[in-house]
Amino acid sequence: MNIVIIGLGKYGIFLTEQLSKENHDIVVIDSKQELVDEVVNQFDVKGYVGNGASYVTQKEAFLDKPDLVIAVTSTDEVNILCCLVSKKLGVKQTIARIRNPEYALQAQIMTNELGISMTINPDYNTALDIFRIIRFPSAITVESFANGKVNLVEIKVESNSKLVGKSLMQIQEKCNTHFLVCAVERGDKVFIPNGSFVLEEGDYVYITVSAREVNNSFKKLDIIQNKVKSAMIIGGGKITFYLASMLLDNGISVKIIDNDQNICNHLAEQLPKALILKGDGTNQKMLMSEGLEDVDALVTLTGMDEINIMISTSAKSVNCKKVITKVSNNNYEAILDITGLDSVISPKELFADNIIRYVRGMNKKRGSEFKTLYRLVGNKVEASEFLISKETKYTSIPLKDLNLRKNVLLACIIRSGKVIIPNGNDTLEPLDSVIVVTSDFIVNDLIDIME
Amino acid sequence: MNFRMIFNNIGKILLIEAALLFFPLLVSLIYKETNQYAFLITIGALLCVGVLLCLIRPKTKQIYAREGFILVGLSWIVMSLFGSLPFVISQEIPSFVDALFETISGFTTTGASILTNVEGLSKSMLFWRSFTHWIGGMGVLVFILAILPNSEGQNIYILRAESTGPQVGKLVSKVRFTARILYLIYLGFTLLEVIFLLFGGNSFYESLVTSLATAGTGGFGIYNDSIASFNSYSQIVIGVFMLIFGINFNIFYLILIGRIAQAFKSEELRWYIGIIVFSVVTIAINLTLSMEYAFHIALKDSFFQVSSIITTTGFATADFNLWPNLSKCILLILMFVGACAGSTGGGMKVSRFVILFKSLKREIKKLVHPNSVSNITFEGSTVDENVVKGVNGYFGIMMCIIFASLIVLSFDKLDFETNFTAIVACVNNIGPGFSLVGPMGNYSCFNDFSKIILSALMLIGRLEIYPILLLFMPKVWFNK
Repeated sequence: MNIVIIGLGKYGIFLTEQLSKENHDIVVIDSKQELVDEVVNQFDVKGYVGNGASYVTQKEAFLDKPDLVIAVTSTDEVNILCCLVSKKLGVKQTIARIRNPEYALQAQIMTNELGISMTINPDYNTALDIFRIIRFPSAITVESFANGKVNLVEIKVESNSKLVGKSLMQIQEKCNTHFLVCAVERGDKVFIPNGSFVLEEGDYVYITVSAREVNNSFKKLDIIQNKVKSAMIIGGGKITFYLASMLLDNGISVKIIDNDQNICNHLAEQLPKALILKGDGTNQKMLMSEGLEDVDALVTLTGMDEINIMISTSAKSVNCKKVITKVSNNNYEAILDITGLDSVISPKELFADNIIRYVRGMNKKRGSEFKTLYRLVGNKVEASEFLISKETKYTSIPLKDLNLRKNVLLACIIRSGKVIIPNGNDTLEPLDSVIVVTSDFIVNDLIDIME
Repeated sequence: MNFRMIFNNIGKILLIEAALLFFPLLVSLIYKETNQYAFLITIGALLCVGVLLCLIRPKTKQIYAREGFILVGLSWIVMSLFGSLPFVISQEIPSFVDALFETISGFTTTGASILTNVEGLSKSMLFWRSFTHWIGGMGVLVFILAILPNSEGQNIYILRAESTGPQVGKLVSKVRFTARILYLIYLGFTLLEVIFLLFGGNSFYESLVTSLATAGTGGFGIYNDSIASFNSYSQIVIGVFMLIFGINFNIFYLILIGRIAQAFKSEELRWYIGIIVFSVVTIAINLTLSMEYAFHIALKDSFFQVSSIITTTGFATADFNLWPNLSKCILLILMFVGACAGSTGGGMKVSRFVILFKSLKREIKKLVHPNSVSNITFEGSTVDENVVKGVNGYFGIMMCIIFASLIVLSFDKLDFETNFTAIVACVNNIGPGFSLVGPMGNYSCFNDFSKIILSALMLIGRLEIYPILLLFMPKVWFNK
């Protein structure tokens, strides 16, 4: 597919990297020569220096008419203008990054009246992701599929857990419950396990489970689920605003700490129910006096990755129950492993996931309709949702008789609104939604998973 | 330094060269010559070494600008060494240094020859000589990029190191498709020229071999008097096609996809055409006035020679060595100017000259208004200061190389005009110079040492200095 990316900030470069891995024909536009050079040297893409919102630049840069234009410059208005200009040049699909909450509210107008195919608000998406984790604090990360009917939950196998040394088959028999382990991360390696896989201490396990069953399953697995009643957020940016609103709406009390008087005033105005504190988030004494040990969850959302990591690490050391850290720069992966921080959120990756999901959905080659995509375990594993639209050669055959490729797992089937965690006797039927978990290759069509 | 990747790629190049040698082998079979063994032995040697090198598996495929330069520099040398084997084995060019000079002159599309009697060579050897022009014109590594499913982004470094001009960009997003489009345009124009020449009543062999030499802007003729014995129609066809192959291939791509207006807006193209028109007319008038040529003949000869020199092909229909001084002087300057960036031609490239000229103008303006701030614009946009510096540096290094080689060459007891124009003609990949190395002369007058120096100059010119220069930097090899 021909894709044009306008704006080479953090998000633009990361997106270019991810999309070029998927083998698309990409043209990048930015007004800075150095940035364009850097990207062209790194990835197999074409670069163009100029103002991406200008008609002339776009016309010259679009040698083949692009299928998709993605505007990710630092300014919302420029992004909107980029999309409008592309639209005038006949581009069918456009995506704009819109961060200002005031514009985010008019997303409907943007798509219907202005003709922008999709607006993405990375801050809102990040807040939503954090919110999901806070709802299930025993989980490290939570993803939802099929309009929230199915959750994909990541948990860590602790040393005192009953799961240690048990094979998946044994666990399944013992708990007699409907969930499926679809990926296990051990050290650097990722496994798509079968029934005889034995869990060890320190494994990170990804489980698909119907949303209603989450608490029930956790109980059976002997995982204590503390409901989060209070949360502390360090840093008062846009994500904080979205997150705090969600938490407050769900009756969770919120403390927000920020260093800047203006931001504090602003937040106090917009979030009258929250407790806003002006102070330095790195000040351990102040955090303790505000009850760091007692809050159920701490979320670090300052603009500096380093500060977030520092605060979270020290909070871990005073046994704060749940610590969620925002890290934007992926250069820090190695350090994060040492610090032992597990619930780490990267807005950049969430954003790229969103777009890749959209791009894959545009792929005309697919037979079964591709719906959503989630990438797990540092992008090593992908969970994708497909809709089987019609009878094919793999429908109505028991799963155990299907010749699936290695490292593929059918994690879940959603049939007429009901969630089925499949076993070997289940079949795929037309109109089913299927969630497929794979490592080491990309699935664009359900047929790809068959040998 | 990722040596494994470099050697692996050189292995691939040798295998491709082995495959390409089947073409002259075929010619040899068709004309029932007795030199097939020369090609077969070379193919055998290439396969052995190539397969061995391909067995070296790179640990990572990551390569950077440095590796790109070294890879390109080394591969051209290795390729030329093997390419000269058929001449030596068949004893048609008995001396190895001569054969190497001839092959390097072929691959670099120079067209300088040490042969005193070209017609004495067998048809298959003449074909191979001209075929090396065609291979070298667009570059073997670009060919590899076109056919291998190697989608690493770093391939841009290889494309850059082998393509010509101050700023190498891609036509489309993917290096692989860019390389394919380049080769398709190249192949298309070559076939077109073959067809046009066939209409002129030339034999298929003549048409094909001459087209191969024109496409690479090489200049190896198959007759002793170069192109002079062809009829006027064929001379004009060749003249026009030389000009076509001297144009930036991006422009053809733009025309192909229907962006004709954008294509003709190209500043470099306008300068290129302007320089050609000016030179052709001036020389034609000069010839009519001082040599008593009929004006239309003067115009035709002037057009062909200007086209041949500015595109750095080196064909000749007239002995321009006998022309008046003004005409010779214009031709000498054209030798330096060269063709457009991104073409198969050599020389300094029109775009470099335009940028150089504009930056000199700016320097002078700075003397008058010391505080003035001005950008250099080219092709409708501001040129990055690094590119301007690069162009100035390129010109400087080029001059140093020319003067250094002039000193080295003066040990050979030839006249100054011969030495100087031989160097200029080699480093700019033209072929003929003036005096002894004029269009009707050849390079056999030099001793072996000078021939090696001139061969190195040809490589330096074709690869635009740096890939060859870096090979001689100890830091590149030892500092990891």
